[in-house]
Parts: sequence; structure tokens; C-alpha cells
Amino acid sequence: MGRNAVLLGVFAVLGTALLAFTEASTRQRIADNEREALLRTIHVLIPPTSHDNDLFRDTEEVREPLLLGTRDPMTAYRARKDGKPVAVILTPVAPDGYNGSIRLLVAIRYDGTLAGVRVLSQRETPGLGDGIEADRSPWIQQFAGKSLRNPNEVGWGVRRDGGQFDQLTGATITPRAVVKAVHRALKFYADRREQLFEPAHPTAPPPFAKETPHA
Amino acid sequence: MPETTYSQIALDGLWRNNTGLVQLLGLCPLLAVTGTAINGLGLGLATTAALIASNVTVSSIRHVVPPEIRLPVFVLVIASIVTAIELGMNAYFHELHKILGIFIPLIVTNCALIGRAEAFASKHPMSYALVDGLTIGLGFTAVLFVLGAMRELVGQGTLLAQAHLMFGDSARWLSITVIHHYRGFLLAILPPGAFIGLGLLIALKHIIDERLARRQAATVSVPPGGIPVPGEAT
Repeated sequence: MGRNAVLLGVFAVLGTALLAFTEASTRQRIADNEREALLRTIHVLIPPTSHDNDLFRDTEEVREPLLLGTRDPMTAYRARKDGKPVAVILTPVAPDGYNGSIRLLVAIRYDGTLAGVRVLSQRETPGLGDGIEADRSPWIQQFAGKSLRNPNEVGWGVRRDGGQFDQLTGATITPRAVVKAVHRALKFYADRREQLFEPAHPTAPPPFAKETPHA
Repeated sequence: MPETTYSQIALDGLWRNNTGLVQLLGLCPLLAVTGTAINGLGLGLATTAALIASNVTVSSIRHVVPPEIRLPVFVLVIASIVTAIELGMNAYFHELHKILGIFIPLIVTNCALIGRAEAFASKHPMSYALVDGLTIGLGFTAVLFVLGAMRELVGQGTLLAQAHLMFGDSARWLSITVIHHYRGFLLAILPPGAFIGLGLLIALKHIIDERLARRQAATVSVPPGGIPVPGEAT
């Protein structure tokens, strides 16, 4: 009996050791991957030449459950050139997708126009709702250049609801959720623009894992 | 049980006892990720790696672990290995990991792993266990890949779309649009398409087996012990 317990304990320790070792040796790389993937998406919307700051070091924590769709604090990334604000990147959540939450990336230029929108994660129906992904259909492109006043309050909806945005063939709920979430993000930006572009806090925590040199 | 040789093990794993087509184990990932051929291939290879590692580990500790605690130990071994593989994929195949998402950690629940650990690896030496893990895994991968390719072709008219997620940017040429301006056939992409596709594959396997059995029955001079005939070979 006692021997079995010890043996189980030994295997638990060995298993934990394997995981601890793997986690430690991949942590940095996984964090880098996530950053890189996010940066690639951001740079599709905001050209790398349009800003000269490090987006991941110039961030602001914001929290606004009603407009951003999540209770968790969210990192707003600021793009600046020569110290002047260029754009802010938010990652609001559309909580009312057909199949759960949809996480968006919304890039808003300083003047309040949309540089563009992309989907970070979604679980919508393959072949129907997943048309909101940029590599599945051009649907998401129609946000570029829009702003809070263009179109007006009524226009910020899908056509079925009398708005100006196309829905997807066979899917209305997904596009409706995305359009609304983008609209709310724009409202949030209008409310908080000056705060969003406040100079970076020197003590602000970096968004992902700390940048330590590879061992 | 037939005499254990490497070729017997390989034939079992790849065809006779195929996880996907005969044992019907691991159906959850099999049906869920086979929307495209590359997704199927990715999950198949991850499962193969997990099978090899868990089989070899289980076989190497088979004399140390008393029967009463073997199952918790196997579960522990499999869970640790799969989590390590998941972290590794997240680090080195980040995009593919994003697509396969929850199904990588779910390899833990793939009955094929604990099944092979219990039924084979815990009773055989390491080299046999390795070959068993490899061939069972490859047999599973083949089914995932073929089913993925079928659904992808019928569902969206492409083959090997997004090959670059797995093989890097130099592999973009592998992606073929077979049918241009295809409107798509939703049924194939949605879960029912997976069931129908798997059913067709199983039927196909039965047809092939039957043909082989009939041919063997016709040639009397062939020594017995080749392909086993399910029941009615007259």
C-alpha cells in the first residue's frame, strides 16, 4: 500500500517537473508569438511607417464594461509619431455573437475615423458567420473610413435593421453583433479620447510577459 | 492474439485495427477538426507524437508500476505529455495552434491513447510499443487527413488551404483552388458532413476488405494468416 502511494507521488512529481520545464522553456516564445501576431494584425490597419513608437510600451489600461463588452481591464495601444497621437488600438468584445463572444481589434485614428477592424477570435458558424474573418470574405473591410457621425446613429446597423452595413449571406446575428461592438468602441473613444492619449505611464505594466533576453 | 511482429503491429495500426475506421476511437477530434486537410494533418501528427511518447513511457515503466495503480499512472503520463506537446505547438506552430485550439489539450481524452497504453504498451517491450504508437498514430492521421481533404474539397472547393500554417511560407504553393468561384457546400463543412464523410470512408474500407478476402479465397495456394476474413468468406 505504502509503496503504491510513494510510487504515485513520484510519478506526480516527475509529471510536474516535465511540465514546469516545458512551460519555462516555451513561455518567452509563446509570449513573443502572441505579440507578433497582434502586431501583424495592427500593422495591416496602421502602416508601420505611420508611427515611430513601440506600441507595446505605450499602453493604457482601460475598463468600461458597457462600451467595451468586457468586465476585464483592456489594454489600449497608442500609436504616435514625433510624440503626436496617430491612432489608438482597442480590443473590444462583441458579447452577442451567434456562438458566444467575438473579440475584435479596432484601430481608430486620432480624428475619430476607423483605420479598420479585424477579428481576433470567434466561434461563429463555419461557412456563414465566419465571413467576418478578413481571409474568408471582404465583409470586414467596410468599416475602414467610417466614424461615429458617418454614418449617423441610425446608420450604424446592418441593413435588415435599417442600417448601412451589409449583412452576410445566411448570417445576420454575427454581423449585427460586430457592427454594434464597433459602434460602441467609437462612442468609447469619443468619450475618452484625451485620456486615451495621455503620455505613457512609465510604470505601466507591459501587456504580455516581460521582455527578458533569451537565456 | 496473433504473434507479435513489427509488420503485424504496423498492419494492425494502419489498417486492420485503424483507430478512426475500425475502433472508432477519438471521434470527437476526428469529427471536429476535419474541416480542412491541413487541420486534420496537424491534429493527426500531434496525436501521433502523443501516442509514441505515451506508449514508450508506459512500456518503459511497465515493470515498475503495480497493476492496482497503473491507470492513474497512465493518465498522469498521458496528461503530462499532451500538455507538453500543446505548449510546444503554441511556441513553434502558433497559427496552427490557434486554429486547432481546444482540440490539442483534448487529445488527453482521446481513448486511443489510454487504450493503447493499457492494451498494448503495458504488455510489450519498448521497441514494439514505439512501432505501435507510430502506426496507430499514422493510421489515425491518414483518416483525419483524407476526411479533411474530402470535406474541404466538397465544402469550399480547395485542397490543402492554409498549408503555410504548417510548413511555413514556402509551402503556399501547396494550396490548390480546385474549383474556382465555388459557392461552397455548407453541409460538408458543418458537423453532419463529418459524419457522412466518415461513414463513406468506413464503407469504402469494408468494400476493399471484402475484395481482398474474395481474392484470397479464390487463390487456394496462398498460406493462411494473411488478411483475416470477417466471418462469411466462402
